[in-house]
Amino acid sequence: MAALATAAAIQAIAMKKLINYTPSAWARVCLGLLPFAVLLAAYIVASDIRLAQNPSDKLLPSIGSMLAAVDRMALQPSRRSGEYLLWVDTASSLSRLALGVGISAAIALVVGVLNGAVPLLRANLSPLVRAISLVPPMAILPILFIVMGLGEGAKVSLIVIGITPFLIRDLQSRTLEIPAEQKIKAQTLGASSWQLIVRILLPQLLPRLIGSVRLSLGSAWLFLIAAEAIASTEGLGYRIFLVRRYLAMDVILPYVLWITWLAFVIDWMLDRCSRRLYPWFYR
Amino acid sequence: MSFIEIKNLWQRFGEQVVFEQLNARVERGEFVTIVGASGCGKTSFLNVLLGTQRPSRGRVLVAGQPLRDEPDAERGVVFQRYSVFPHLTVVQNVLIAREFEGSPLLGRLFGARRRRALAEVAELLQAVGLAEAANKYPCELSGGMQQRLAIAKALIKKPKILLLDEPFGALDPGIRADMHALLSALWREHRLTIFMVTHDLKEAFQLGSRLWVFDKIRRDRHSPEAYGAHITYDIPIDRNSNALRRGAQQTAVAQRRKYEAVPTAAGR
Repeated sequence: MAALATAAAIQAIAMKKLINYTPSAWARVCLGLLPFAVLLAAYIVASDIRLAQNPSDKLLPSIGSMLAAVDRMALQPSRRSGEYLLWVDTASSLSRLALGVGISAAIALVVGVLNGAVPLLRANLSPLVRAISLVPPMAILPILFIVMGLGEGAKVSLIVIGITPFLIRDLQSRTLEIPAEQKIKAQTLGASSWQLIVRILLPQLLPRLIGSVRLSLGSAWLFLIAAEAIASTEGLGYRIFLVRRYLAMDVILPYVLWITWLAFVIDWMLDRCSRRLYPWFYR
Repeated sequence: MSFIEIKNLWQRFGEQVVFEQLNARVERGEFVTIVGASGCGKTSFLNVLLGTQRPSRGRVLVAGQPLRDEPDAERGVVFQRYSVFPHLTVVQNVLIAREFEGSPLLGRLFGARRRRALAEVAELLQAVGLAEAANKYPCELSGGMQQRLAIAKALIKKPKILLLDEPFGALDPGIRADMHALLSALWREHRLTIFMVTHDLKEAFQLGSRLWVFDKIRRDRHSPEAYGAHITYDIPIDRNSNALRRGAQQTAVAQRRKYEAVPTAAGR
């Protein structure tokens, strides 16, 4: 009853329904940042409480000790190898990710478009792609290590095996989504099968490919970090799992934030590229 | 021998007979408009002419030759929607026809050949009133302009037969009148042979030189799909009679005025 009365009172004062209130640009920024600020404050308070009880607590390191760790990892050369570890890790992880995602995208574009465009090929390949997409990639990681050794090949392959089937299936269905009218129209303009694929289907699938890649990046990071954790000598995933042995939360937490930030920037850049290159897709 | 001969054409999907025993002759330069209730096989008939659908029985001869059973450059087409390529600008949308024929591998023209083709495209765009919008993408065009573009694309290949499947069905009345004028002019100028499916009887009488009505003659109440549609009426329309043409123009103008007078109502 009380709730009803309050609701009625709010309605009487506000007049408009809740769903019809839209925040201004400023309010939206503030409302968006608020949860982050709350999380940060909660962390600082919790960390302070724990450190007050036990100054050598490792679970919730203070902001200061995390900054010191960042300084040690990113700005000072490592005492053992003389390398700036964060940057070495970042470079090798990003190059693996780029290689894996790049190869996957290229395979997916070719197979997906052909599958979508040529019914004979689709009948031939589609069941195989579906079957492969059901194999859990992590389960064949040992096979990759056995066959390809512990080098870069195995890590990149895991990403490729992990995301390519999804990308192929997505692109195949995107190709099939292109209205039949367009394909007929192209033929009445004299297009051969090849020209239809190259000039009508492929260009329309590129922005869709970027969209699918953005969706698959989360899985790509997962496979990358998993592979690095098991067998590697540098890389963001490798470092996190290495310092875990010393409970070095002051290194792990900044690394996780850094990976998150990288993922965000890559996603944002792909979106910007796509909008700039394919303006017709976004109207 | 007639230009197009339709001989005992049947179309059935499983138990359902869509149309049956279609027999007709069409001469070069005729403008056949096709009307009929929904589900009477008008679009199916157009698909057979287009080559995307194989008739169950009978055949269609064009200049004595059987029709190829896939779409080709002999037959142009304009659908109600999706006849333009969204990823190409207006110019590119028309140019691509020349690029298909001039460059089998890349599907692109360069240098002098491209410039020559572009000049031809510019002329065509002028004719359909799209010169101003040459570098826009289809998504930036109104529905009427998109259909103009679709028609321009169909014309560049100078097809023997032009097939129109409710091309103006999604347009506002005023724009529709403009499109009628455009299509009539192009039909005369290029001496096209046109088949046009429409729901609008007035449009069918105004535009066509010959009107076909698709309807079922025989009906079985217990299995309505047992019999298909025939061409129940085949009405010649004298498009050259001035009185009629003036009448058509007047209605077009009147429609236009009405449309402009109540823009909001028509806009919906």
